[in-house]
Amino acid sequence: MTAALIQQNSHHWWNSRGMKRFARHRLAMMGVFMLLLLTSACIFGPYLLRYDSLYIDLPARFSAPFTGDHYLGTDPLGRDIAARLLMAGRISLLVGFFAMVLSTAIGTVIGVVAGYYGGTVNSLLMRFVDAFLAFPSIFLLLALAAFINPSPVMITIIIAVTSWMEIARIVEAEVKSLRERDFVLAGRMLGLSNVHIMFRELLPNLIGPIIVAATLTVARAILLEAYISFLGYGIQPPLPSWGNMLNGAQQYLATAPWLAIVPGIAITMAVTSFNFIGDGLRDALDARTDPA
Amino acid sequence: MAGFLLRRLGQSIALLIIVSMIGFGILHLTPGGPLSQYALTPGMTQETMDRIAEQMGLNRPLPIQYLDWAWRLLQGDWGVSYRDQQPVLSVIGRHMFATFLLMASSTVIAIAVGTWIGIKGATHRYSLFDYTATVGAMVALSIPTFWFGLVGIYIFSLELGWLPAGNMYTIGDGSVLDYLHHLILPSLVLALVNIAIWSRYMRTATLDVINQDFVKTARAKGVSERRILMKHVVGNALLPMITLAGMQLPNLLSGALITETVFTWPGMGRLFLDSLGYNDYPVVMGLLMFSAILVLLGNLIADLVAAAIDPRIRLA
Repeated sequence: MTAALIQQNSHHWWNSRGMKRFARHRLAMMGVFMLLLLTSACIFGPYLLRYDSLYIDLPARFSAPFTGDHYLGTDPLGRDIAARLLMAGRISLLVGFFAMVLSTAIGTVIGVVAGYYGGTVNSLLMRFVDAFLAFPSIFLLLALAAFINPSPVMITIIIAVTSWMEIARIVEAEVKSLRERDFVLAGRMLGLSNVHIMFRELLPNLIGPIIVAATLTVARAILLEAYISFLGYGIQPPLPSWGNMLNGAQQYLATAPWLAIVPGIAITMAVTSFNFIGDGLRDALDARTDPA
Repeated sequence: MAGFLLRRLGQSIALLIIVSMIGFGILHLTPGGPLSQYALTPGMTQETMDRIAEQMGLNRPLPIQYLDWAWRLLQGDWGVSYRDQQPVLSVIGRHMFATFLLMASSTVIAIAVGTWIGIKGATHRYSLFDYTATVGAMVALSIPTFWFGLVGIYIFSLELGWLPAGNMYTIGDGSVLDYLHHLILPSLVLALVNIAIWSRYMRTATLDVINQDFVKTARAKGVSERRILMKHVVGNALLPMITLAGMQLPNLLSGALITETVFTWPGMGRLFLDSLGYNDYPVVMGLLMFSAILVLLGNLIADLVAAAIDPRIRLA
């Protein structure tokens, strides 16, 4: 019966009250716009630019932005920064997105199980969450990154492994508050399995908070990738990422500041977009802050 | 209070055990495990490696190895740095002060500025100031700390020449003023994210307090707005901030690592990265465990202080 209710609501989800509230949220709309701009630039841009991201234009090394053929200048090897920025964006956005998918999955499963069973299972799992939160995330990420093969897939996995805890906490709290509701009792009386109740009956009610948390997790994951790649333990060259484009930029800060400034703007734009969208979704999906 | 103290202490110890298990698990992820330090020795053979493994007790069941490792950890035997053969704990100890100095000064800045922004935003809700602060906080949380550091160095060190671009003191100087001069930029950089977080929480906390009955009563009695704000509102709003400060400790340590790298600040974060570069796993593992223990300790202290001030917490 919950499923029926959900279906009724989601029949015209684009027309729902939440969506309208989201569309009225100015910052969120700005976030959506910036994100569309960034992703389409990263997808189509490289085909439109004159230079390939790996082409080495030695005579044009260290060109400043807006001066010659290279729109955003070149790096110490004479590679086109605009082309590299867009290719790097593909990697950074994909790593951020898939790290979010994975950490949301881990966090949701742990949160639902902990919240639903309660008791010992709950305290065991939630203490595990607390213990993971005790490690400063950059320390944990760097230690893991130094010990593994730093392929984009492994980087995605370790980012997910270090950022599922928030979602687990949110989901656990929600499930706890729903556990004693009539539809769960009815499900038990019908003889539905625990797995069915947890993931088919309870989970659909948690979509709102999970989407909000997941959006903010993308922002966090992009930042984490940037941090460890900047420090040299993330995505490895020649594969560009926003973080590793900044690696080594510090030594040229006096002579070629654009090397540091350009990728940083891209990271900030991407992360800000996701944070704005997440904020808008929270306002739109959370009935408690409904001003209407 | 005694009951609360015991309960909270028990929680911390349970967490410490789980934290150490996670640390032990990561230790066994290292290439070659704890043996890796010998693998690079010239003339090393498989037989010698096996013998060392036996001597180190690495062929015993994992739970026994864990207990052994944890017991040595408890006794303060954290292993020896590969790089300079010094005990790990004393290596960490030598880098602690610089990190604490950086974290403390940035926290002072963050609390002062964040509290001011938060209260002003709450008392002037939906004003231009409030709106700018809200958006500004979200943008501040989206800026990579190291990039903010690089931009700061570019503007204030390279272009304007006002502040040093790195290090904790000038060699041959080392006066208090010299330390402070070097401290300004890194602590501002590290403070940015925390100003954003503190101002958001302070705004919410102030809004919570500002509409409560005792504030209305004070206002009805004719107490001045300024006094209400300073005494009743700030006092009550600051209480949850103690817990928040404890909760922010892991992020503060992460931020310190990044900031120290950009500013060649000789603290634990810098040590962590240098040790990674030298494959100095005992120090890396030591710092990982040390930072987690520091966080547990910080949270414990924050909770105890909050409980000492507010009886509602210890009775809950």
